[in-house]
Amino acid sequence: MMENVVIRTVSRLAVPFIQIFALYVIVHGASGAGGGFQGGVVFATSFILMIIAFGMSNVRRRINNRGIMWLSVIGITIYAGIGFLALLMAGNFLEYAAIEAVLGIPHFHGILIDLVEAGIGIAVMAAMVSIIYDIAGKEEESS
Amino acid sequence: MKKKALIAVIFIGIILFWAVEDMPAFGDPNAPATQYTGQLYVDAVLPDIGIDNIVTAILASYRGFDTLGEVVVIFTAGISVALLLRRGGRL
Repeated sequence: MMENVVIRTVSRLAVPFIQIFALYVIVHGASGAGGGFQGGVVFATSFILMIIAFGMSNVRRRINNRGIMWLSVIGITIYAGIGFLALLMAGNFLEYAAIEAVLGIPHFHGILIDLVEAGIGIAVMAAMVSIIYDIAGKEEESS
Repeated sequence: MKKKALIAVIFIGIILFWAVEDMPAFGDPNAPATQYTGQLYVDAVLPDIGIDNIVTAILASYRGFDTLGEVVVIFTAGISVALLLRRGGRL
């Protein structure tokens, strides 16, 4: 797995661009084609490329199973937390207009949608990477 | 068995091609799919929400609770794979 210098060099170059593109897709969700689901999956593909090029144990050293699970929970908490924030601001669940009305910032609705998309992206990315870890990991390197 | 399968495929294919005749033309503005809520959303998204992408506006704002459910479904899939396939270690 670790011999091929071409694969290692190319993926070392490609992974940052894939991750930047994934972040672009997530952030661009409110104004063009894109969104949290797509961006999260693109981000997860950069992890797959790292696993193929550098081996599972190297990637696991950067972020382990517990960290991935926490990221997944954090993503959903961002989404649901914005929903409950709208409840606190005397609106319905996930009613962004109530938050915008209370804070009085124009175009805050779009910013909240961007935050929600970021939460979706984090949750989808973490779930995908967790599945890859569990399916592709060998027995001795799990946990 | 192969002949029966071939006959079934051809039969269903004929039915599908027959049904294509009744579908509206591509991009037809009078098609039933574009008659009811499509124009409503196109008109209402910018004053309601203020973002350019109508698809994202429907996905994240009008149908926000549905999307929350979708994210929970993906999270549940990750949890299920972890519970079924993870050997040793904790969640």
